Amino acid sequence: MRQVIQVTSNNRLFGILVPIISVLLGLIAGAIIMMISGHNPIEGYVALWNGAFYDAFTIGETVRRITPLILTGLAIAFAFRTGLFNIGAEGQVIVGWLAAVWVGIAIDAPMIIHLPLAILAGALAGGLWGFIPGLLKAKIGVHEVIVTIMMNYIAMYVSNQIVRSVLTDHSTSTEHIASTASLGSEWLQALTFYSRMHYGILIALFVAVLMWFIIDRTTIGYELKSVGFNKHASKYAGMNVSKNIILSMVISGAFAGLAGAMEGLGTYGNVSVISGFTNLGFDGIAVALLGANNPLGVILAAILFGVLKEGAGEMPSAGVPTELVDIIIALIIFFVASSYIIRWALLRFKKEGK
Amino acid sequence: MLDILDSIVPTVLFFSAPLILTALGGVFSERSGVINIGLEGLMVIGAFVGIVFNLTFADTFGDMTPWISLIVATLAGALFSVIHAVASVSFFADQTVSGVAINMLALGVGVYLTKVWYGKGQTDMVAEPFNSQTIPILSDIPIIGPIFFEGIYVTSYVAIIIAFIAWYVLYKTAFGLRLRAVGEHPMAADTNGINVTRMRYIAVILSGALGGLGGSVFALTIVSNFSHATIVGQGFMALAAVIFGKWHPLGAMGAALFFGFAQSLSIVSSGIPVLEDIPQVYLLIAPYVLTILALAGFIGRAEAPKANGVPYIKGSR
Repeated sequence: MRQVIQVTSNNRLFGILVPIISVLLGLIAGAIIMMISGHNPIEGYVALWNGAFYDAFTIGETVRRITPLILTGLAIAFAFRTGLFNIGAEGQVIVGWLAAVWVGIAIDAPMIIHLPLAILAGALAGGLWGFIPGLLKAKIGVHEVIVTIMMNYIAMYVSNQIVRSVLTDHSTSTEHIASTASLGSEWLQALTFYSRMHYGILIALFVAVLMWFIIDRTTIGYELKSVGFNKHASKYAGMNVSKNIILSMVISGAFAGLAGAMEGLGTYGNVSVISGFTNLGFDGIAVALLGANNPLGVILAAILFGVLKEGAGEMPSAGVPTELVDIIIALIIFFVASSYIIRWALLRFKKEGK
Repeated sequence: MLDILDSIVPTVLFFSAPLILTALGGVFSERSGVINIGLEGLMVIGAFVGIVFNLTFADTFGDMTPWISLIVATLAGALFSVIHAVASVSFFADQTVSGVAINMLALGVGVYLTKVWYGKGQTDMVAEPFNSQTIPILSDIPIIGPIFFEGIYVTSYVAIIIAFIAWYVLYKTAFGLRLRAVGEHPMAADTNGINVTRMRYIAVILSGALGGLGGSVFALTIVSNFSHATIVGQGFMALAAVIFGKWHPLGAMGAALFFGFAQSLSIVSSGIPVLEDIPQVYLLIAPYVLTILALAGFIGRAEAPKANGVPYIKGSR
């Protein structure tokens, strides 16, 4: 895919057309599935729209759904730029969530210290969870995909254990964080009929700008990209390849950890024992892919998937199971990943047109 | 001591069977050079189809229902994996991305259809699951009999037999040699007249079949119904077994048995004096930590097939 993506990104038009066509194909496939299973696709999509944009409350909820998706999307996109596939955003989200809430509960401090400290704890924990696979990749050449998958499960079980026996006395969720560590905002809540929207969206947007700045405006970013394009050439040019691989994984992990912190400090205000993944990390892969690993693209893709996911909650009112959206998202990933064939079809179409 | 073995061995075999089968699928796929993160999704499809078929046809097939369910689920898994094959072999999609999409799609389709067909998020319990049984004659053997042949699921032995068949196919037949050649050096294989695309399709479809079988064995022996929470991570654990077993069918079987052992310890440990004091979390994370250590070379180096994850584009170097 990397090859194909490079070829497509050489051509701006294709770079924009492929995601748009993929999304359209995904939505059309969703409509066909609804028709086959005996539902009215128009009613289904209207319900989806209402689920995401019906009133100020649903819009607020949609924004809070988008917030962590931007961050996990950025995390995966960042690693991709260095040629690394961080499939471990899921685990980094979990440890980030845990660490942020832990600081939120355990420390007593004024907001100006407490909140940044809790957010930083989330980023650090995520960064640490990215550091291990980065180190193994850089020093021993172990494939990061496998290690990060394994780290996901380790994160889940360890986090559950800490919630159960360290943060609580055999309870399934912790107490609420101190108000000095909360991202919640009465102003935003009042504006959106008491949705769970919080200031995290600002942090997510800030991180997107940060990523753009690091990648496009600093020497560090130049080196990271260079290692992603060609490890050997970068080494020959005097760059420290190991250092760049580790750095990329740490920054990627920190972004994902922040996504967890947003959930812990913003949306939920605590951390619970989980029996399965949050799926934020896996959805982040879809976001990064659709956003072509570009910060602006990631924001747009996160908005799209956030809207789909939040709107899905209303689809049962039209008789359509919420899982339709998961199917649509999976299909969109397939279409983007197989962009080779879309490109081929487009070129074919163009030639015949002439 | 014997009592402990008596209670632990059947549990280990019980938990390992789905892992062994799915891991074997992973071995076929990865040995041909196609990474299969989608094992989890293939298990989901297998579990879903196995349960739905069992629920629908229990009256028609009676006692034979669970076996026929397994066969149907195997075919469904094979069919579903064609998506992964088309995307990653023919369209040169990133194999990891395609695998992730397989996982999302499988769960989406499974739960969507469950809700459409049954009107709720989970199916009823099946009427004809596999039951544990005592194998006549063999169970009369002193010492070994009660440990290995009493209260056992036949599917566990099916899994172990398939592992040996897989080993034979991969290492003792021309087909196996070709499959491994394609995963190590596709260009050389191509030059020698092996159809790389065809071999990879076959390997991915085999992994789908075995993943589907593994998922249905899991569903029909361990949980007996289907919901979004039926398969949670077993596919990834099977993937871990593939690597911990160094991409070798018998190694993968050994790893799967070991992971099954770790899982069953976390369940029966409360009855065993020495293990009582070990917090459950260590047993739960053991498979994953060990896999990382194996990859890092602390427990014998695990080397992936050379061309694993690289799409083969004819004519490119």
